[in-house]
Amino acid sequence: MKSFFSYYRWLVLLAVASFCLVPLWATVIGGFKTSGDLRTNALGLPRQWIVENYISIVSTPRFWQMLWNSAVIATFTVVLTLIVSSLAAYTLAHLRFAGRKWISNYLTLGLTFPFATAVLPVFIRVRDLGLLDTYWGVILPQVAFNLSFSIVLLRSFFAELPKELFEAATMDGCSYPRIFLRITLPLSRPILATVGVLALVGSWNNFLLPLVTINDDSVYPWPLGIMQYQGQYGTDWGKVLAFVTLTMIPAITLYLMAQKQVIAGLTSGAVKG
Amino acid sequence: MPSKTTVIDEVPKAPPQKGSLRSGLRKSYQSGTLTTLLLFLPPALVLFSLFVILPVGEASYFSFFNWNGYGHPNKWIDFENYLRVFADPVFLQSLGNNGLVILVSAFIQVPLALWVALLIADRTRSSVVFRAIFFVPYILADVVAGLIWRYLYDGDYGLVGTIFRWFGLDAPQVLAEVGWATAALLLVVVWKYFGFHMALFIAGRQNVPYDVIESARIDGASRWKITRFIVLPLMRPVVVLSLFFSLLGSLQLFDLIIALTGGGPLNSSHSAVSYLYTFGIRRMRVGFGSAVGVVLFIICVLVMLFYKRIFMRESSTK
Repeated sequence: MKSFFSYYRWLVLLAVASFCLVPLWATVIGGFKTSGDLRTNALGLPRQWIVENYISIVSTPRFWQMLWNSAVIATFTVVLTLIVSSLAAYTLAHLRFAGRKWISNYLTLGLTFPFATAVLPVFIRVRDLGLLDTYWGVILPQVAFNLSFSIVLLRSFFAELPKELFEAATMDGCSYPRIFLRITLPLSRPILATVGVLALVGSWNNFLLPLVTINDDSVYPWPLGIMQYQGQYGTDWGKVLAFVTLTMIPAITLYLMAQKQVIAGLTSGAVKG
Repeated sequence: MPSKTTVIDEVPKAPPQKGSLRSGLRKSYQSGTLTTLLLFLPPALVLFSLFVILPVGEASYFSFFNWNGYGHPNKWIDFENYLRVFADPVFLQSLGNNGLVILVSAFIQVPLALWVALLIADRTRSSVVFRAIFFVPYILADVVAGLIWRYLYDGDYGLVGTIFRWFGLDAPQVLAEVGWATAALLLVVVWKYFGFHMALFIAGRQNVPYDVIESARIDGASRWKITRFIVLPLMRPVVVLSLFFSLLGSLQLFDLIIALTGGGPLNSSHSAVSYLYTFGIRRMRVGFGSAVGVVLFIICVLVMLFYKRIFMRESSTK
């Protein structure tokens, strides 16, 4: 009986695993194939390994420019999201003041609607601020749209920190900003990592916002670049697949390095919501 | 979700309660509070108002105008945009596609994720490895997923082409046929997102208390009975949560469609957001696009209220 279950378990799991991995395998391997090979041999190893597709991409400055753009945007988004939302979450978790509830409800209104609702007015705002075709035109709206959820996560974590620590610090004459910097933040590393991963992945993969606020392809983050590349080469799939493979590397590397944090971050809605 | 604060907000000078952290802080640092607030809150409030709240308000305002985004909106046209949105068969089909995504998610994706999650919720080495594999599609960008599958569906190249040729048949161009393109999209949605639901279920499964299962096992319950009568009922809230995420996710679906089908053929595979992009943003019909956005907003709020009701009922029956 036990062995029947274990056969069944392996069968199901292997089937699902191949459903997950075969597309990725075909993509990575496809980048090494000639057009003729791709036509007749989607799954097997290349009959003749060619690296030109990959070489031609990594030797263009535009590819690196795109990754750089995405990296800059993502870095600023993560840092600003963490700073702005932890400041607000700290006041909401630890300070008593008139209108606290009102402000807290206000800041979490963002949980209720999709970004698409606001996309046109955001475009107009970014344009009127003169931020079209700049990193800031992507960073600021991203941070703003991260706030609600980040604040909810951080505030509930901050509120659960042992209060004896704060009492002791207050006794010793520690000011609120010092308590925040010296006690709250260092103790909150796990939740900061969660919020950071969420902001990082969201920014790295974001498509709709830069699509709307960035026109100049020297500022393109990579998701726009990859679509442009695909538009340019159409069904020259060898090239497109090589490009796709190269852009998967950062995401998969991050995942392998920090699997726990990535999964926690990306499913945090469920855990703390 | 905003947590409910039951404590009534007090003005800073209210008498301190004994032993509470906040009152302790308040007592010692009465004057520090205001400075801290003035330092800590404005960045969030300004950014949030400027790029989230005001735009949503503006979207509802713009939706009553015929406006191309330049100068000031001045052609007030009442509900014309909304009438146009709902009279457009393409929009209705887009919403229908969102509905299909939700159905497929509820009847295929979520059950699949649950099934798999129950097989790998333990901490054996094989489970850990499979868990890592199943989550991989979810960490990829939607555009990447879209392009990968665009290749796989290509009848001349790709996997579909290869499989058909094994049987000596000419492969169809899946993405070029109305109906098939949408079906193809649904499969990609399952591929891309089931790992997310699986991760939720694994977390939910690990919260089922071990001793409950152990005592059932001692009483001689079979594996199936334990799953059916103990594990699944205890996981109900997670399933509800997961369905809720499918709903919200479906309403946001965009990148994947642009990369996979571009909404085609004949605009048959749009979602509400890709419809908004194609017919509102690309043509700079700000009023019309905003109306679509507002409709989406209303749907989301309804979903939220609906979910809260269900969830409240769930937790009150506990």
